[in-house]
Amino acid sequence: MCGMNASKKSGYRCVVCIKQVPDTKKVTGEAMKADGTINRAALPAIFNPEDRNALEAALRVKDEHGGKVIAVAMGLPAACAILRDALMCGADEAYLVTDRKAAGSDTLATSYILSCAVKMFQPDMVFCGRQAIDGDTAQTGPQIAEKLGFAAITYLEDLKMDGDFAIATRDIGTGVEKDRVKLPALFTVTDRFGELRPFDVRRVMKYKKAKAAVENGGEPLEGDLKIGQLSCDDIGAEPERCGFAGSPTNVNKIVSVVLAGGDFKEVAPTDEGVGALVAELVADHTIG
Amino acid sequence: MSNFYLDNPDIEKTIDAMDLGEVAELQEEGFRFAKECDFAPTNAEDAIDNYKRALCVCGDVAGNRIAPTAEETDKVGNVLNDDGSVTYAPGIALAIKLFGKTRLSGVTIPYYLGGLNMPCVVLTACNDIVSRADASLMNIFGLQGIAETINQFASEEIKAEYVPKLCDGTYTGAMVLTEPDAGSDLQSVKTTATQDADGNWFVNGVKRFITNGCGDVLLVLARTEPEFSDGRGLSCLLVEKGPWVKVRRLEHKLGINGSPTCELVFTDAPAKLIGQRKRGLITYVMSLMNGARVGISAQGTGIGEAAYRAARDYAASRRQFGVTIDSFPALRELMGDMSVELQGSRLLAYYSSKSVDLEMGLSKKFETLKGKPEAQDVRRRMKLYAGFNKMLTPMAKYYASEMSMRAANGAVAVLGGSGFMKDYPVERYLRDSRITTIYEGTSQLQVVAAIAGVMAGLYKDVVADVLNGVEVGPDLLAAVAEINKFAAETDEAAEFVKGHGAGRMYQDLHARQLVDAAIGVVIGSLFVRFAAKFPEKKLALDYWLAAKFPSLRAELAKAKSGYTASVTDFEKLAPMPAAE
Repeated sequence: MCGMNASKKSGYRCVVCIKQVPDTKKVTGEAMKADGTINRAALPAIFNPEDRNALEAALRVKDEHGGKVIAVAMGLPAACAILRDALMCGADEAYLVTDRKAAGSDTLATSYILSCAVKMFQPDMVFCGRQAIDGDTAQTGPQIAEKLGFAAITYLEDLKMDGDFAIATRDIGTGVEKDRVKLPALFTVTDRFGELRPFDVRRVMKYKKAKAAVENGGEPLEGDLKIGQLSCDDIGAEPERCGFAGSPTNVNKIVSVVLAGGDFKEVAPTDEGVGALVAELVADHTIG
Repeated sequence: MSNFYLDNPDIEKTIDAMDLGEVAELQEEGFRFAKECDFAPTNAEDAIDNYKRALCVCGDVAGNRIAPTAEETDKVGNVLNDDGSVTYAPGIALAIKLFGKTRLSGVTIPYYLGGLNMPCVVLTACNDIVSRADASLMNIFGLQGIAETINQFASEEIKAEYVPKLCDGTYTGAMVLTEPDAGSDLQSVKTTATQDADGNWFVNGVKRFITNGCGDVLLVLARTEPEFSDGRGLSCLLVEKGPWVKVRRLEHKLGINGSPTCELVFTDAPAKLIGQRKRGLITYVMSLMNGARVGISAQGTGIGEAAYRAARDYAASRRQFGVTIDSFPALRELMGDMSVELQGSRLLAYYSSKSVDLEMGLSKKFETLKGKPEAQDVRRRMKLYAGFNKMLTPMAKYYASEMSMRAANGAVAVLGGSGFMKDYPVERYLRDSRITTIYEGTSQLQVVAAIAGVMAGLYKDVVADVLNGVEVGPDLLAAVAEINKFAAETDEAAEFVKGHGAGRMYQDLHARQLVDAAIGVVIGSLFVRFAAKFPEKKLALDYWLAAKFPSLRAELAKAKSGYTASVTDFEKLAPMPAAE
């Protein structure tokens, strides 16, 4: 077969980076503690929605062309919950990167740590959600690509394979752009990437029992049910580039903003009226 | 959009109230499958956790993917193409694909044939959830009974060929029973199956009102023994879709438009015999039909759930006379009644499903214990539940289907003029609900099936089983006393009916009142069990006794009245309308 959607012989090795996030749709007045940090008890922890799309993209590549899908999450042991979800969904292997040294990482440190982990799996393709709903930075994916020296294709909506190349359709806001990109490459995936597959109940029954060593008194499980556990040392990450030490971002202040309706303002339905409104919104950084 | 399992805690509570430990152990045959199958559970807790996770997957697909398609499915229906093929509505085609992927198309099928090996009560809960999303889809989703019938009665060869593909969504099936002149009276089926010199079977005939008759695997009831003109001459045969089966017509129906109802013509269709000759109707179809009836009890419950929610939501936001209409006592009574009847229907449907599971599980266990001393006790309990099921299955089907019509009708009432319009889904619920009291045996036939158990007082044994092991606290003692009192009144009415001079005619005339009362007693006891586990359910129990028993007593009064004119003076009471 020539042209679009031809497989590489051995299939593709895909790594999917996933994150456990507080469910910001359920934010209430109790979502933030007095010190400005998230009150995790008040918000259920979920699989970051667009990371499910990233996983779906990888699984579709595997369905059609063969290969392997490896899910990687960085975080506290509780993040094993979404790694189990990834296995239930169809991932072949799952790894938790967890280490005290990683605590307090901003997107720079996080992408460094994840890039060290991803490198170990020698992927053809890396998939990330476009952004996480807790930070909304959309930085981690592209920064991982930069550190790995991979092409970064953001806002992925559709993907076809062509041997050692991928044909990617990406959302550029005003339309779509089609890119032909040489592998290895990293993709950040939006929620417009197709429908998510439902769980296969047999996989749910099986992988609900998957565990990382940290959940099993330090003992790794044998076989399929093992969630691999990696420390910063295991992945060869330099301590000074991890956690607080590796994070130049400094949060100055966090303010709990409660949005409420106030007065309304009448804008004249003329070019001048609308122009004045746009100028005002640009000035207060609402738009632009 | 939401997950129809997670947003409805009553389903999990009802499952919990069933205490499925023994069912799980029987279903897993002592958890022996865990050795060879890496997803099989290792103990009851593990199994029940699996049941709930399966329901969560079902709730996700039903709520997030199927419910949004239901309106379109109702509108466009399925299409009969010129070449005789049928194109499903897009939502139905999607659902078949998704339920195959999840393996929820094989809930009760053993692991080795590609299923989830879960009990009937889990399938019932799935049917409940699916029917809330789209009642018409349940008619196809619920056809898992085809795979189950093949699994129970066919040869290993036939099982291996068809069952895995029914579980993964490659195939769908149909039960092909009804004919133009054989509806409720299936004994008069005319379709024939004959053998050629090499022993190959061929089916010829016309079948009508066949749900999903365009499916891939058709289980056909046909006459193999021309010398018998009744049920003894009928066998069950498997026919694959092909040029030998033509869909001649798709019916235009009042409701469940997503479910293709086909008229089929079989012309020398190659067929495979399922099980033994002559047992088609007597054994296999009766088993299939009982399973289907359990399915309808869940379908009615699911439609009731959808209708109740639509009514409750609307009433909470619709303002008239300066207040939301849910503050008016008349509407509060209506919606309160819908809510409690819905819970009662779910309890009865799940409990009767559990009872089916116990009969089947104990029967399998008995086979393995034959000759051992403990076998006798297993056999005794198996027979107990088998007896229950003859009465409980029709009761559950009858109650849930009638409830679904009341609930949908009530929802239209709550929405008023808006409810009559196509802009809201409640008119669809009303249309969809109507069939539930007709197919798989009309309500009148369910009463006929249940009355023998009621006359024999079997429903009191059911109550004893329902309350067995339940810790009835002091706050529930009065309720139990009231239920027992009402059961005694029901018995008294049954004795009166039995002793009436008009004999069988009088019993036929008043069977419905007695069955209604017995259902009232059984659901009452289920509410006691529910309230013992979940104290907040005591309110529903109290309502059941306060609001339902008085009307049921009035029904019993009719049974005890001795009035027979509705039969004897029928011609005068209901004269034939004059022609001119």
